Amino acid sequence: MIFHATGHLEIAALALIAALYHCLNHALFKGLLFLGAGAVLQQSRQHDMEKMGGLIRRMPVTAACFLVGCISISALPPFNGFVSEWLTFQAALQGTVLHSGILGAMLPIASAMLALTGALAAACFVKVYGVVFLGRPRSPQVAEAQESPFGMQFAQVMLAVCCLGFGIFPTWVVRAINVIPENLMGVGLTKAANTSWLWLTPIGKQTASYGALSVLFGLLLSWLIVYFFLHPLRRDNRIRIATVWDCGFGPLNSRMQYTSLAFSMPIRRIFSILWFISEKVEPGRQGKGPRYSLQLGDWLWLMVYVPIGKIILKLAERTSRIQGGNLRVYLSYSFFTLLFLLWVIV
Amino acid sequence: MTGWIFAMMQTLCVVLFAPFMAGWVKWLKCRLQNRRGPGPWQPYRDLLKLSRKEVLLAVTASPVFRAAPYVVFSVTVVAVSVVPTVSVQLPTAALADVIVLVGFLALARFFLSLAGMDIGTAFGGMGSSREVTISSLAEPALLMAFFTLSMNASSTNLSTVISHLVRSDFILYPSLIFSSMGFILVAIAETGRIPIDNPDTHLELTMIHEAMILEYSGRHLALMEWAAMLKLTLYSVLIANLVIPWGVALTLAPGDILLGILAVVCKLLALGVLLAVAETVQAKLRLFRAPQFLGLAFILSLLGMMSHIILEVG
Amino acid sequence: MLITTLSFPEQLVLTLAALILLTSFLMLAQVRLDSLINVFALQGLLLFSATVLMAFISGKYHLLISAALTLFLKVFFIPIQLRRLVIRLDIHREVEVIGNPSLIMLFAAGLVLFSYYVALPIRALSLLSTRNTIAISLAVVLIGMLIVISRRKAVTQVVGFMSMENGLFFAAVVSTYGMPMVVELGVAFDVLVAAILFGVFFFHIRTEIGSLDTDRLNRLTEVDR
Repeated sequence: MIFHATGHLEIAALALIAALYHCLNHALFKGLLFLGAGAVLQQSRQHDMEKMGGLIRRMPVTAACFLVGCISISALPPFNGFVSEWLTFQAALQGTVLHSGILGAMLPIASAMLALTGALAAACFVKVYGVVFLGRPRSPQVAEAQESPFGMQFAQVMLAVCCLGFGIFPTWVVRAINVIPENLMGVGLTKAANTSWLWLTPIGKQTASYGALSVLFGLLLSWLIVYFFLHPLRRDNRIRIATVWDCGFGPLNSRMQYTSLAFSMPIRRIFSILWFISEKVEPGRQGKGPRYSLQLGDWLWLMVYVPIGKIILKLAERTSRIQGGNLRVYLSYSFFTLLFLLWVIV
Repeated sequence: MTGWIFAMMQTLCVVLFAPFMAGWVKWLKCRLQNRRGPGPWQPYRDLLKLSRKEVLLAVTASPVFRAAPYVVFSVTVVAVSVVPTVSVQLPTAALADVIVLVGFLALARFFLSLAGMDIGTAFGGMGSSREVTISSLAEPALLMAFFTLSMNASSTNLSTVISHLVRSDFILYPSLIFSSMGFILVAIAETGRIPIDNPDTHLELTMIHEAMILEYSGRHLALMEWAAMLKLTLYSVLIANLVIPWGVALTLAPGDILLGILAVVCKLLALGVLLAVAETVQAKLRLFRAPQFLGLAFILSLLGMMSHIILEVG
Repeated sequence: MLITTLSFPEQLVLTLAALILLTSFLMLAQVRLDSLINVFALQGLLLFSATVLMAFISGKYHLLISAALTLFLKVFFIPIQLRRLVIRLDIHREVEVIGNPSLIMLFAAGLVLFSYYVALPIRALSLLSTRNTIAISLAVVLIGMLIVISRRKAVTQVVGFMSMENGLFFAAVVSTYGMPMVVELGVAFDVLVAAILFGVFFFHIRTEIGSLDTDRLNRLTEVDR
């Protein structure tokens, strides 16, 4: 919008495309993640993340698709979330063309904040995936979960494939979305996809480029080289499965795992200014261990929404006086309203 | 075509050089601390030994755990391949710019922390938790530093940025000074060096990177260790070529390349000396002091960006 | 004014300006009194070098006198005086708790942007090549004020005040090649007298209320609560 107002139509088109691409991606990977979460909920009959764990062995397909969703939403290459984030960064970096320095400075800072949210999203999804799918099952129902039926699997696989496809063929998607800015502003991002279908070059080849498919190809290539390089060295020593080393303390159990609360504790503590956190540890009573309870409140919620809510409630109380209960009073309301409206019209 | 072959060769060289870099720092550190220490070639022997050894896998390990070393290693190799180390005439640099590079490192970290969570021991979870915390604070500072750099060169392509820096006359950019300082702090945090994480420790409660790879053995461990060394070398190369860009070859002529190799090796060894000295004189920070360290990195990068806008463009 | 069009000494002045801003940030983050005073001395030193450079760029050698004053007062006299004071008051090991360091830092970064915004019209009036630094010096002044506001110990507040003065001085030097000599001398002695007076005050505050925590001064209100 800012770019459009200042006459930098090309960059405005780029930013618009980035935003639209991002919406499209969100539709894909959020849908995927919701499907996965639904499948997990249905099969494990658990709503509490703290009671899940180890589902990757019981539900491999769902787990694989969920992993794709997690990588996409954390904006990591080579999946689709990364492409739109990359486009957004590119648009923001063009902020220097603006004559106002303030805006030029705000845009990159805002995109650094975007990076922060991206990294926090990655942290969050490492936690979700690690707690739900990896590790040991934390409750008996979860230990006996079954893979979801074919229909559910199929839908997830479809979306996961879309995530990958939108990630490695960004030029086609950009070309498809390009119609919208062309219609709105009369300028499209013709250069982006023109160079070659392999390369995404929003501004110019010298400025920035991203070859998504070749990146994937490079990844696979180096993977294969490493794998075959290590293969002959393996000779006859195979993988031996053993129990987990327990430091000699006796068997490990699932309660010793890092829980999701524990996992996010450092982040909670660092960003504690942003939330209203009340942590309580109650000392254990007879026969029971200590209890830990945690309440998270949003300062924004407390400072902005709660007062607004109170004001609205008060207003509602005032207005409820109007509701006298008498039929004639209601009729007189509509009568006066009618009179008022007539007066307004005339 | 020669470009592509050259890119392959360069990547291979960096990959093979990485253990030496790690060993060099370790050896220097031992010397500075009045210990004899293993020689700088020791990591090669370690890696060879590990790759021959049998792999012990925990019963609770899932496919993610087995795939993670390969993913982490190959992603780091690809990341190395897009960084112009010896010459800026690198066709692979067009594949991915700095933002994609940050994305690669984030992807490797994602799998590393998942692997840490996989076995279900407390140490792995602890390591992953700390890793993602620190990286989520480091990433904005890192991107900010890169943004300043690319606003200076008006490109995010590493080849273009470096050749812009080499070609232009010597100009004292305040913004580049600040963003390089911020970048160096981020690099220290991301490669797990001393004020943030101690690469030598196996003391359970202070480790971050070691905690995540605690359950690995055999060739998996070798890959993980090698990837960590590569990451160290990658960041050192970035510092060497972005902060002190002189000496990077601009063409693919043999003489230039020879000079480039000489320059980059000298710069890397010098950086290793600096790192060893810094690690010797400093103590590790408490985990909850790490945000302040990274906050300083962020402020430095932010100042770099601002001084670019206020002082250099206006 | 692009940086590429400037000569090397001018670029150096810009870099020094950025470094002065950095020392302001460092002061804001510093919790130990000792290191705070050291950073303050460093800022003085940077200011001194910037002034000397400006003197040679502009050929106005009276700036050298103010540079010498800066060197004498802000790099040696005041920091040494403050350090002696801190040792005599026996607070050199005290750690001061700042409310929320990262939030204050972000606020300071916002201040830099704000001062850039404010300085844009002023900048258009100046014809000097180093006029871009006006925003920086304004930011140094504002951050000095922020230090005074956000700290509770009297000593840190004084250091914050001095750093505000540094910002003003820097603005004068880089935007108009320095103020008239009389004004400059006056300001310098002002600061000097202030430093000595503050020292006397510290002792009085301490003997009166037993601490240098200025929040305790709230109790000195007339109204009896």
